[in-house]
Amino acid sequence: MLQADRRMRKSPVPTGGMVGQLVYFGYMLVFLAGLCVFFQIMTGRFVSAENFSNVLRQISVTTIIGVGMTIVIISAGIDLSVGAILALAGVLSTAVIMRGFPMPFPYPSDSAMTPSWPLPASLPLAVVVAGAVGGICGVHNAIPIVKLRVPPFIATLAMFSLARGFALIYVGGGQVGNLPEGFTSMVGEGYVMPIVALSTVVIGYVLLSWTRFGRAVYAIGGNEQAARLSGVNVARVKFWVYVICGMLAGIAGLLLAGRIGAGDPKSGMGYELNAIAAVVVGGTSLMGGVGTIPGTLLGAVIIGSLDTGLGLMGINWFVQMVVKGYVILIAVILDQMKKR
Amino acid sequence: MGAVAAETAPLLEMRSISKTYPGVTALSRVDFSVMPGEVHALVGENGAGKSTLMKILAGADAKDAGRILIGGSEVHIDSPQEAMRLGVSIIYQEFNLVPYMNAAENIFLGREPAGAVPGVIDFRKMYADAEAIIAELGVALDVRAPINTLSVAQQQMVEIAKATSRKSRIIAMDEPSATLTEHELENLFALIRRLKAEGVSIIYISHRLEEIFEIADRVTVLRDGELVATKNITDTDRDDIIKMMVGRELCPTLMRESTASPAEQASAASVGKGEIAIEVVGLNRAGVLRDISFCVRRGEILGIAGLVGAGRTEVARAIFGADPIDSGEIRIYGKPVKIRSPRHAISLGIGLVPEDRKALGLVLGMAVRENISLANLGVLSRLGFVSRRREREVARKFVEDIMIKTPSVEQAVQNLSGGTQQKVVLAKWLFTESKVLIFDEPTRGIDVGAKAEIHQLMNRLAENGVAVIMISSELPEVLAMSDRILVMHEGEIAGELSREEATQERIMHLATGGQ
Repeated sequence: MLQADRRMRKSPVPTGGMVGQLVYFGYMLVFLAGLCVFFQIMTGRFVSAENFSNVLRQISVTTIIGVGMTIVIISAGIDLSVGAILALAGVLSTAVIMRGFPMPFPYPSDSAMTPSWPLPASLPLAVVVAGAVGGICGVHNAIPIVKLRVPPFIATLAMFSLARGFALIYVGGGQVGNLPEGFTSMVGEGYVMPIVALSTVVIGYVLLSWTRFGRAVYAIGGNEQAARLSGVNVARVKFWVYVICGMLAGIAGLLLAGRIGAGDPKSGMGYELNAIAAVVVGGTSLMGGVGTIPGTLLGAVIIGSLDTGLGLMGINWFVQMVVKGYVILIAVILDQMKKR
Repeated sequence: MGAVAAETAPLLEMRSISKTYPGVTALSRVDFSVMPGEVHALVGENGAGKSTLMKILAGADAKDAGRILIGGSEVHIDSPQEAMRLGVSIIYQEFNLVPYMNAAENIFLGREPAGAVPGVIDFRKMYADAEAIIAELGVALDVRAPINTLSVAQQQMVEIAKATSRKSRIIAMDEPSATLTEHELENLFALIRRLKAEGVSIIYISHRLEEIFEIADRVTVLRDGELVATKNITDTDRDDIIKMMVGRELCPTLMRESTASPAEQASAASVGKGEIAIEVVGLNRAGVLRDISFCVRRGEILGIAGLVGAGRTEVARAIFGADPIDSGEIRIYGKPVKIRSPRHAISLGIGLVPEDRKALGLVLGMAVRENISLANLGVLSRLGFVSRRREREVARKFVEDIMIKTPSVEQAVQNLSGGTQQKVVLAKWLFTESKVLIFDEPTRGIDVGAKAEIHQLMNRLAENGVAVIMISSELPEVLAMSDRILVMHEGEIAGELSREEATQERIMHLATGGQ
C-alpha cells in the first residue's frame, strides 16, 4: 500500500496540459515584451498612445476572425473561407448602408452615389446583414461537413472561392464606395473595432470554457468517437462551430470595410492565414482538442506588433512577410517542445 | 529450461534503470536481463512500469539513469533506429503498420531493395524475399494483400516478420495475445518456439498468466516501478506471481453469489430485480447480425461469449444506437424504442463501456473530471453553463468511491494506466445512472488487481438493479461473472447456457460453430 500511496501522492503539477499552456504563455509574453523593447529602441515611438491605438485597430479584424477560427480548430476542423466571407459580407453590408434594405442586385455602379438612407437607420441593418451573410456562408460550409462528411479543408476551400466570386459578381468587379463619413470615421478612428474585438474575445472565452457547448467542442476535437459515444450531439455542435466562425467573419467584414472606406470584393485576401497564424502562435493545436481564446488574442497582438513595428522601422513588407513566417514557425516549434 | 539462464552470459542486461515522469516515478533502479534463446515473461499490474521499460529498450523513451548492455558491451539506445541496429525489435499492442500497404511493403518499409536504377524499388526481389521470410516463419499469408484486409493475427505475423527480417536478436512483444483466438495463440506459440530454437530472445509481456507458464523460461515481476523478483518459471506458480504483482493476497477467484438467502431475495425484489429491463427481438443488420433476440432482467449479468469477429461488439453498438440496424425491435422496460443515436440511447438509460477505451471511451487529452462528466453534463449545467465546482465534487466522489488512482481530478487521462482509465470510463456511466450497462471486454489489458475491482463493481451494479451485459473473450471471466451466457457465432446466437450448464468446453463448442 505504501507504494500505491507514493504513486498517488499529490503531484506538484495539477495538469500537465494546463501548466504547459501557462509556461508557453509565459514565453509568448516575454517574447512580446522583447519585441516592444526592441522596436522602441529602434524607432523611438513604438511605445506610444498613438501607435498603441494603431496596433489595436490593426489586430482587431484578425482577433475577431481568430476567435471563430480558434473554435473551429479546437473542434479539429479548419476554415479557409473567412477571408472570402469577410469580402462578401463587407460588400453586401456596405450596400445596405448606401442603398438601404433590401439592397439592389446587382449593385449599381455610380461614382457620385450618396447614401439613400440615413446612417442611424441603415447601420443596424447593415450589422445584421453582415452577420447573417457570414452565418449563411457558415451554414453552407457546415452542411457538407456534417451531413456528407466532406473534409472541412475541402468544404471551406470551396467557400473560399464561392464567397469571393459572389462578392465580385455583386459589384460587377467594382466596389461599394462613397461610404458616409460618419461610418468610416467611427470605425476607422474611434475605439469601435477594439471594443468589438475585445467583446468577441470575452464571449468566445466564456463560450468555450464555461458552457456545455464549449466542452463539447473540446471533446469532439480531442476524440470525436468518444464524444459521440458519450452522447455529445456531434453534428449539431459542428454545425454551430462553422456558423459562429462565419458570422464573426461577416461582422469583421463590415468593420474592415469601414476602416478601408469601401466594400471591396478584393479585401480580406490572406486573412484566413493571418487568423490561423494568430491561433497557432496562441498555442492552439491544429490537431484539435487543445487551445484557448486568450492565446489567440496574444497571438494576434504579437503578429500585429511585428507588422507595425517593422513598418515603423521602414522595413518593406516583403521582409515583413519573411519575418512573420519565421515567427509562426518558431511558435509552433515552441509549442511542440512543451509536449515533451 | 530454467537452467539455460544459469550458465551462459546474458544477451541483454538492463542495470538500475530509473525513469520519472512529471508526478510519477515510472521506474526506480530496475534490473532486467535476458539470456540468448530465452523467453522471458515480464508481468506486473498496469502502471507497474513494463511498458516504460520496453520503451526505453526500444529507444522510444529516454532513461533518467542506468545502463544497458547488449552482448556484454554497453550501448546507448537513443532512438528506435539505434535499437533496431542493435537487433532489438518491439511489437507494440497497437501495431506499427501502414494499413494501405501490403505485407511485403510493410516488412521492407524504409529499406526496400534497390533495383538497377538507383532509387527505384526492385519489386520482384522484395516480394520474393518477403515470401521467403513468411515461409520461414511457417505461416500462411499473401504478402501482396494490403494490411487492412488481414486479420489481427496475420498483422501480428507481419510485425514478427518485420522483426526477424531485421535479424533481430531480441524481440519484445507487448500483450501479443490480447486479441488472438485460442487457435491463433497456438500458432503464435509455435512461432515463438521456432524463434527461440534459432537463438532469438523473446520478452513476453502478458496479463494472462496461463500463457506465461506455457511459454516462458523465466518471469520478472514489476510493481509500482520497482523490481519485485526474477524467477525461473519452474520455481513459481500462479498464486505466487499474483501475490508478487499486487503485493497482497487476493481471494482466489471471484464468484458471483448465485444462491441468495430469502432476505436477499426480498431486498432484490425491492429494487425491482427480475423485471425485464431490455428485450431485443429479431435484430438484423445485413452481413453482420442475424436474428438476434434476447432479454436481460434487472439485477442480472448476461455474458456474451464468442470468438473475435462473431458480432458481439456489433450487437452492443446496435443496441447503443452507434450503428444502424435493418430490422428488429428493442424494448426498454417493455416499451418499444427506435434508438437513433448514442445520445438517444443514453437518454433511455443505456450505457456502453466500449472495447477500445482509448479510441472510443475517453477523450485522452481531457482531465479525469471532464471525462467523468461528459455523458451527463446536463445535470451539472444551468442555461448551458457548466458548474465546475459541482463537476469537481462529482469527480472527486467517484475517484474516492471506486478508487481511481490519480493525483488529482485535473489530471489528463492520457497520463493514467489502463486499469485506471477504465475506471474513469466506468465512473462516467455510474454518473449517468444507466439502467442497462453494456461492458465490452471490460478487463482487456488490465492488471489483476484492477480487474478484481471492476468485477466487484459490476456485481455491485447488478445488486443495485442494473441490467448488465458483459461481452468477454476470457472464458473464466464469462463463467465467473454471468448469470446466463449467450454464445455468438458468425453474427448469430449459437446458443444460450445457464450458469449451471456452462463450461469452457461447451462455450467453445458453440462459439466454433458446433451444435
